[in-house]
Amino acid sequence: MLFTSYTFLLFLAVVLTACWLCPPRFRWRLTLAASVVFYAWLGWSSLAYLAVTVALAYVAGRLMGRLHAQREAFLSASADRPREERRAYSKRNEAARRRVLAACLTLILGALLAVKYTAWAVGGANALFGTGLAAPRLLMPMGVSFFTFQTAGYLIDVYRGAVKAERGAARLALFCSFFPQMVQGPISRWGDLSQTLFSADKINSGDFFAGIQRIVLGFFKKLVIADRLLAAVRTVTADPETYHGAYAALGILLYAVTLYADFTGGIDIALGAARAMGVRLAENFDRPFAAASAAEYWRRWHITMGTWFRDYLFYPLSASRPLTRLSRWARGKNAAAGRRVPVYAATLTVWLATGAWHGASWNFWVWGLANGLVIVLSEECAPLYKRFHARFGLGKTAAYRAFAVVRTFCLMSLIRSLDIYDGVGTTFRAIGSIVTRFDAGNVINGGFSALGLTAGDAAVAAGAVLVLLVWGRRGRDGTRETSAALQTALTLALLMVTLVFGAYGPGYDAGQFIYNRF
Amino acid sequence: MDEIIAILSSLHPEIDAASCEELADGGVIDSFDIVSIIAEVRERFDVTLTAAHILPEHFNSARALWALVEGLMD
Repeated sequence: MLFTSYTFLLFLAVVLTACWLCPPRFRWRLTLAASVVFYAWLGWSSLAYLAVTVALAYVAGRLMGRLHAQREAFLSASADRPREERRAYSKRNEAARRRVLAACLTLILGALLAVKYTAWAVGGANALFGTGLAAPRLLMPMGVSFFTFQTAGYLIDVYRGAVKAERGAARLALFCSFFPQMVQGPISRWGDLSQTLFSADKINSGDFFAGIQRIVLGFFKKLVIADRLLAAVRTVTADPETYHGAYAALGILLYAVTLYADFTGGIDIALGAARAMGVRLAENFDRPFAAASAAEYWRRWHITMGTWFRDYLFYPLSASRPLTRLSRWARGKNAAAGRRVPVYAATLTVWLATGAWHGASWNFWVWGLANGLVIVLSEECAPLYKRFHARFGLGKTAAYRAFAVVRTFCLMSLIRSLDIYDGVGTTFRAIGSIVTRFDAGNVINGGFSALGLTAGDAAVAAGAVLVLLVWGRRGRDGTRETSAALQTALTLALLMVTLVFGAYGPGYDAGQFIYNRF
Repeated sequence: MDEIIAILSSLHPEIDAASCEELADGGVIDSFDIVSIIAEVRERFDVTLTAAHILPEHFNSARALWALVEGLMD
């Protein structure tokens, strides 16, 4: 059930009406039923996969919860015993919790690896050894990377004692399967989402209408901008020999706009649908193209994935015993290098893992490595930049900030092009052609029509991007300092624009959201 | 407490780690130091600091950091 299908619109209308009408204390049960229907629509086997993931998380969570309770009971009953004895008990208890966590994470992350990487591994083995093994056809549930990471985060939080293990299996099932976030996130935390997911308060009419407004904004981005430009991007990347140089640059630029409109549009629909049901999901973007460095860009783009990797992989890894020993050894040789070693090693590992999370392809591994290297190199060059800025008085000027924003946009766009070209070599050749065979005349003479875009398409897309820029200035959720009447008028205008200029209906194949495949 | 002061002093010998009250807010320690402190605390006290503990108020002084570690040890 695609967000852009008529089926989803009908489904959403029924669910929102039912949520509005049903007694608030039953609302979360209704939401769970809707989530089960949503996922069952994608296939019973996908629903079964999700159910097994939830069941494993529930059992593991309860086991860890019981261990926490035993520890609490022991510590409160043994206040007069020596600290060493109490600590020894806590350590044994923690080791038992760790075994439960490791077993469950092995199963759910192992399953994720299997569904994403089996075909790739078999293909690689065939290429390497000249064998003709047939890759098994494995199920690939929609949003599997998202709900697996969300579930894994819950388990790690329970292990750490940051949240209590949920006693209600149905409540945990709703957390893992809440349908607006199943398609492409955001990746929520139990501690945040459970605050509103199970709320027994009546839905606030302000929230309801703000949610609808956000949904309309999401469809505007997806149908008016993303789906209109994606065909042009595909034309460029499918035939890099013909569309090289200036065309490659244009394709990479259009892809930046397309992916932004597609991904943030999907997230707007998810956050809007949730909010109209009285549920607050975490924001996933904060004007990423305004970033002045790669590190800042990744604090603004796909925020919930970045914080997931930071909290559950980067910190534990950078403070792990092997990296601590490596750091101490390096500090003996060079103090400054010693403190950087664990951070850089963890940064590169996290970025490789982030690439692997995105998909089974060398392109994503190289994409992850490139992001990690850019961030590490930027950090290493920071003192140099600082001296340069001080010497020429550039650091705090608006002009330099603008330069840094454009530089970051270009750099991240080049790295992002690994998403769209078929193969790492092809990507690098396309990027190289921008330098060696730019030939702007090709684009000037051929124009957008060579890419399958009419002048009208280009004008609509440009106008829509302008609308987004203006809309963005009104505040992140589009409701700041605006009267209810004006909000309604703007939303209706945006809806009208979407209906008139959106790429949908007969003759259009409403595309999947790009992030669905992850 | 002495071990905490030793950790901070090893990272920044130029400061008086026992009395400084603005290690994080004053920009004395940076993100590299935070990672080193987490690693050293784990090695010396067998205490794991997670992202939820990484708040400036916990890292502003040796006393605040020791209070955090001691609380987690119990």
